[in-house]
Amino acid sequence: MFDVMKIRQEFPILAQKINGKPNTFLDSGASAQKPKCVIDKMTQMYLHEYSNVHRGSYFLSEEITSAYEEARRDVQKFINAGSDSEIVFTRNATEAINLVAASYGRKYLTSADEVLISEAEHHANLVPWQVLRDEIGFKLNICRVNDDGSFDFSDFKNKLSPKTKLVAITGMSNVLGTVFPLAEIIAEAHNIGAKVLVDACQLAVHRKIDVQVLDCDFLAFSGHKTYGPTGIGVLYGKYDLLDSMPPYQCGGDMVDKVTYEHTTFDVPPARFEAGTPAIVEAIGLGEALRFLQNIGMDNIAAHEDELTSYGMEKLSSISGLRHIGQAKEKSGILSFVIDGIHPQDLAFILDKEGVAVRVGHHCAAPLVHRMGYESVARASLGVYNTKEDIDILCQAINKAKTFF
Amino acid sequence: MSIDELIENFEFFDSWEDKYRYIIELGEKLPPLAEKYKTEDWLVKGCQSQVWLVPHKEGDDMYFEGDSDAMIVKGLIAIVLQIYNHKRPQDIKSLSIDEIFNKLGLKEHLSPSRRNGLEAMINKIKFYAG
Repeated sequence: MFDVMKIRQEFPILAQKINGKPNTFLDSGASAQKPKCVIDKMTQMYLHEYSNVHRGSYFLSEEITSAYEEARRDVQKFINAGSDSEIVFTRNATEAINLVAASYGRKYLTSADEVLISEAEHHANLVPWQVLRDEIGFKLNICRVNDDGSFDFSDFKNKLSPKTKLVAITGMSNVLGTVFPLAEIIAEAHNIGAKVLVDACQLAVHRKIDVQVLDCDFLAFSGHKTYGPTGIGVLYGKYDLLDSMPPYQCGGDMVDKVTYEHTTFDVPPARFEAGTPAIVEAIGLGEALRFLQNIGMDNIAAHEDELTSYGMEKLSSISGLRHIGQAKEKSGILSFVIDGIHPQDLAFILDKEGVAVRVGHHCAAPLVHRMGYESVARASLGVYNTKEDIDILCQAINKAKTFF
Repeated sequence: MSIDELIENFEFFDSWEDKYRYIIELGEKLPPLAEKYKTEDWLVKGCQSQVWLVPHKEGDDMYFEGDSDAMIVKGLIAIVLQIYNHKRPQDIKSLSIDEIFNKLGLKEHLSPSRRNGLEAMINKIKFYAG
């Protein structure tokens, strides 16, 4: 039974007053708050169980190594990967995508190839491909979203060509909230022999992911958006693909044999985890994913879908408010502008009312421009948000309107 | 209006609402920047709103014109220009704006995380002052 008030109790920060007002936190899309179990687990590791991993043959090192590898299995279960060897810990999703660009991209992409992304990509899934394009000389194609924020499937099919080697695409837009039809996208891409990388930063928070059903080749998401700590992210890759890829960074813990003359590298995932990893953060992430699974991703999706519909309806009743992103398949994200109020000014007033929203281009500047704006306000929902949060947001917007 | 008068005016407000309404008023009173300056060249980078800043020389003194597409930001610009305008470059460089913003109860707007452009604008003013 999904009980949002019980869930809220797990997040101590939500009980805190902001500017003397209840903490109406509507910026989980940027980074989610952390449940007590994650904070406690990490504290416990530092207090009683800390040492380096994969190193010493002593009690503490063995303990923490098994906790770190257990966290890898938590990630495996969370996205239903076939093997824990397909889970690479990275610093964040940005690093996961950069890893694919640097390792897979440099090895497999040539100037004769094409890479296809969408208009709705976060800078993290756009800029690495632009930089690599400038280096290698492949063609970077961009498929459209419709004016309502939905995915333009026919444009995607048109832009997919026999030259397309890689489709790098978001599972869910951080500005529009649109859930992309990943299964169909991946099937189409595979039909012409392209690999698919999914940026699942938003998707992983709001929807159940099964990489075996999706059949994606790579999938990236961040720890801090999935209620886990900062400094940890995940790259999933099909094992054979990962195994065919060269290292991304080099150093300790990723090697097989090292001499002064030559080095052979370890197998995945170790090959891609050079140096001491974010050990406690990985373990914290494992705890966060278990927390989500205990609630149930389908329950979370149902709760957030209901809140999203409620939010869309409530916001629509505010005169002069325009939604950005009204696709049918949409959740978790409410982006909008108010006629006559700059989003930055709106955010100042909302902040005074204890309401946290993000304003600006949301690290997706070309998309915000494509939708016709310089800057938009975004309220993003998490597992702990309530209809009351939406009501407070709407009251605060109406208050802001009295200023301008 | 001098800075001391401004600080006095601000002390008069007992709610943030009144203070913000006054800042918006200051922004409305700030002469708009000529359209020819609203270009990439005069844009202050690193802001969530668009902020333009144009430096001018007047004898030994400097003064600045500024504008923003956000009203509260524009009001804050009016305050910043009030503080810096018609001063010698060396005085601009040595002036501590933190103290004044503290007295105005607007210190939070100078925090780098705000990204409202004020911090970037002040750096730019100091850059123009040499």
